[in-house]
Amino acid sequence: MKCIIIDDEKLAREVLSLSVLKSSHLILKGAFDNAIDAIKYLNEENDIDLIFLDIHMPNFSGFDFIKTIKNPPQIILVTTDKNFAIEAFNYDCVTDYLAKPIQQERFDRAIERVKINNVSSVVKRPNDNDVGTKDIYINIDKRLIKIDIFTIKFIHANGDYVLINTENQNYIVHTTLKKMELKLPKSCFVKTHRSYLININKIIDIQDNSVLIGKQLIPISKGNKTNLFESLNLL
Amino acid sequence: MNEQPNLIYLNKLSDGDETIKNKLLLILKEEFVQEIETYKINVINNNLISAAENVHKIRHKIGFLGMEKAYDLSNQYEHNLRNNSNELKNEFEIILEVINEFVLKIEFL
Repeated sequence: MKCIIIDDEKLAREVLSLSVLKSSHLILKGAFDNAIDAIKYLNEENDIDLIFLDIHMPNFSGFDFIKTIKNPPQIILVTTDKNFAIEAFNYDCVTDYLAKPIQQERFDRAIERVKINNVSSVVKRPNDNDVGTKDIYINIDKRLIKIDIFTIKFIHANGDYVLINTENQNYIVHTTLKKMELKLPKSCFVKTHRSYLININKIIDIQDNSVLIGKQLIPISKGNKTNLFESLNLL
Repeated sequence: MNEQPNLIYLNKLSDGDETIKNKLLLILKEEFVQEIETYKINVINNNLISAAENVHKIRHKIGFLGMEKAYDLSNQYEHNLRNNSNELKNEFEIILEVINEFVLKIEFL
């Protein structure tokens, strides 16, 4: 993956360059001390897969940069200011967020995320709605809470809210089942009923018109039965 | 301020490669000296927002040198400056002194 670095601090650019060089998955195409030069570069070179972007830069911040470029590649934000984390995830192109000074283990994890996203975008079918990420952020009381998608057992719609049942706890979120469905990989999440979306990896058994997940019996409606069975690895 | 700068992070980052270590230390020294100078000018001119920007950059270097308590204090000081207060100025400047002494010795490492 081809990447560039944008950071007004030379030390930060050097540290990042070193981490990039250590990664066999990355090729460093350039390092810029300001966002304007990076924009000029991107106007000429459109094959960049990843940008390491400092948020806190004078005159033209990292967020200004994101708002300016068209079709941004994946971006890993880099900053000493952890307060920007929540705003960072308002942007679809932001894959991860690294706090300075960057720890190599954390850097490697961020690159793994970028790789997963890259693979999903390559294999994505035109009508595939998989988000290609292992986490989902939900908004509860103005806090963005990260949930590992694969810990979700099922989601139950109830009026204007959905209940997300995970291995660890339940979350009640103001959204619709349809919106949740669009954000989750359809290879794992299937609707069994107009009010239920289940993670098929969490199924214990299926009997008659219900599926058992944990201790919860979830109804299977006639209309969704075929779809559910087509998703299963049946003998 | 009992906390002293250390090179644990740098050693880990450079995998012990002396060339890389020296290169990064020289950059750190160069930028640090420059940033302190700008910071002091901004403080004298009571330009606290610009001083906060300088502290922000210096903070990365404090973290780089493994000074966790100093990092937290400078974070608070930066916040104060942004709110038009220079509370923690003295404490922060003691940290700068400690780092400055360390940085001056860098070429002899």
